[in-house]
Amino acid sequence: MQYFNAFWVGGAICVIGQLLIDLTKLTPARILVCFVVSGVVLSALGLFAPLAEFAGAGASVPLLGFGNLLAEGVKQAVDEQGLIGVLSGGLSAACGGITAALTCGFLASLLVKSRDQN
Amino acid sequence: MRTDAVKYDRMRRQASPPSPIVKDCLCAFFAGGSICLVGEILRTAFLSAGLAVKDAALLTSVCLIALSALTTALGWYQKLAAHAGAGTLVPITGFANSIVSPAVEFRSEGLVPGVGAKMFIIAGPVIVYGTIASVVWGILYFLSKRYMGG
Repeated sequence: MQYFNAFWVGGAICVIGQLLIDLTKLTPARILVCFVVSGVVLSALGLFAPLAEFAGAGASVPLLGFGNLLAEGVKQAVDEQGLIGVLSGGLSAACGGITAALTCGFLASLLVKSRDQN
Repeated sequence: MRTDAVKYDRMRRQASPPSPIVKDCLCAFFAGGSICLVGEILRTAFLSAGLAVKDAALLTSVCLIALSALTTALGWYQKLAAHAGAGTLVPITGFANSIVSPAVEFRSEGLVPGVGAKMFIIAGPVIVYGTIASVVWGILYFLSKRYMGG
């Protein structure tokens, strides 16, 4: 059942992105920015946690989950360190994914030759 | 040839393909859903291996990012993305693709101005605005804790 929920919630979130592409002609970068900021807002409003509880990776794998990581990190850091946590909390919670992606990108650029996109 | 309204409607439906928005959304739904399903399978596996919830989430992301990097390097991710649209853009694999793809493509412009800078064409704004939003939320949260007792 949790697999089914992850599938349809994740799919539904992607459909929102597809509607943004088809109906508004937003560029991919803008859409990803929208999703990350929405993730921060949903997390701040306390709406993300129940969604993640229900859908697991269906909520955390779309970029909303990245926004949630940032927001959760800041909240926890403010709880522990006060105002300085505002600066340190967000990126330190999200650093694993960013570092993995940058490392993969760098390795790929060394190992693979650029090819025709078609 | 005479056609009444019902017949005409049937002919129209046979002749016109389903609207691209519906087709796009279906493709996005199944592709995005499948990626999230793979994520959930990985997450469950890590959890049942005894990892903490946070570590399992991080490892899930890292696996999906590595998979995305591999398929991007092989040129498969772009082919899937041509059909799946937002289904491959919105998951974390799309974020990884947006870093790996320009890194490979701009290698010819050098390691620093090519790979190092162009990696952030899409990822840069995502990280910047995500971070700004988290700073705003952090300040609000700090103030609400201090002046409204949380």
